[in-house]
Amino acid sequence: MAFVNLKKKEVQTKIVYYGPGRGGKTTNLEYIYDKYNHRIKTEMVTIKTDEDRTLFFDFLPFDIGKIKGYDIKIQLYTVPGQVKYNATRKLVLRGVDGIVFVADSLAVRRDENILSLKNLQENLGSYKKSIFNIPLVLQYNKRDLLEQSIPVLSLERLEKDLNARLKAPFIEASALTGSNVAETLKKIVSMTLTSIENTLL
Amino acid sequence: MSYSLDQEHLDSIEQILLQDLFDIGIHCVFLIDMAGNVIASVDNGDIKHDIYSLAALAAGNFGAVNTMATMVGEDEFSLLFHKGQKENIHFSKVLGDFLLITIFGKEISLGYLRLKVGEAAEKMKHLLEPCIAS
Repeated sequence: MAFVNLKKKEVQTKIVYYGPGRGGKTTNLEYIYDKYNHRIKTEMVTIKTDEDRTLFFDFLPFDIGKIKGYDIKIQLYTVPGQVKYNATRKLVLRGVDGIVFVADSLAVRRDENILSLKNLQENLGSYKKSIFNIPLVLQYNKRDLLEQSIPVLSLERLEKDLNARLKAPFIEASALTGSNVAETLKKIVSMTLTSIENTLL
Repeated sequence: MSYSLDQEHLDSIEQILLQDLFDIGIHCVFLIDMAGNVIASVDNGDIKHDIYSLAALAAGNFGAVNTMATMVGEDEFSLLFHKGQKENIHFSKVLGDFLLITIFGKEISLGYLRLKVGEAAEKMKHLLEPCIAS
C-alpha cells in the first residue's frame, strides 16, 4: 500500500515488474535508469547472482514531481523470475501498488508466461489482493525479435493466453532497444496514481 | 495490513526517534513499514545515506530472515545486527508490521543501543497500534 506522509507532503508508491525468468524485467529498469539518470538522484540497487540473474530484486527510486501538492516518489522493483525464488517474489510484492507483467514473446516461453501470471495471482492472493483489481499493465517484450527468424508468439496468442480475462492494457515493447519501455512506465504510473488518488488523497 | 498516520502521530514518532535514539549519539535512525516505505527518519546531517534504498533492502532482508526463522522452527530471530568497521546497523521489529533501523558508530555499545531501541520500540508500539486498520 502506498504510504502518504501528511507531514512531509509525500507519497511513496511501489510498482513491481513481474514475469518469467529472462523475460526482460531487469532490462526494463536498466533502460529507465540509463535514459533518465540525469533525473534520478540515486543509484539503481541490484541483488543478483554471479551469473547476472536477479536473486532478490532490483530497486530504482525516482521522483516525478507534485500532484495535489504532494511529492510523488515512485519506487520500481523487479522480482526474480526463476520458479525456485517464489519466497523472495512474495516478499517483494508486499505493499505493491501497481504491476507491470513482462511477458516473453519467444514462442518457447509460452508456458512460462502463463505459469508466471498464475503465480502472480496466487502471490497477490496471499496479501488479499486481486489481480483483477490492482493497477496492471501487460508488456509483451522482445517484439524486436519479429524482425529476425526466431519463432515469436503472435499478439493474438499472447492476448488469448494472458489477457482474455484480465482485459488489462497491453503494450508491445522491446526492453533491449528501449522501444515502448517509457510508455509502459508512463501507463502504469498513471494507473497507479489514479488508484491512489481515488483511495488515499 | 493498512495503516493511517496523521500529522500528530508522525510528530510523536519523530520526537521518539530524536529524544530516545538520536540524542544518545547514533548517526541515523528511521522507521519503515515492511513494504519498504520510509515513515520517519532523523540523521545528523553529516552522512548522506540513501535511506529509500536502505529501506527497500532492509525490508527485504528482514523478510528473508523471518522466513529463515520459520523454516528452522522459530517464530522470529529477535536480534538482527550488522557490524562494520565504522558503521553498524541494528534492526528491530515494531509490532509485526514496522521496522526500526538504527545506524551507529563505535562510540555506542550494542547493549546500550538495544536497551534504548527497546524503550523507543515500546513507545512506538502504543502509538502505532491504534493506527493499523487490519
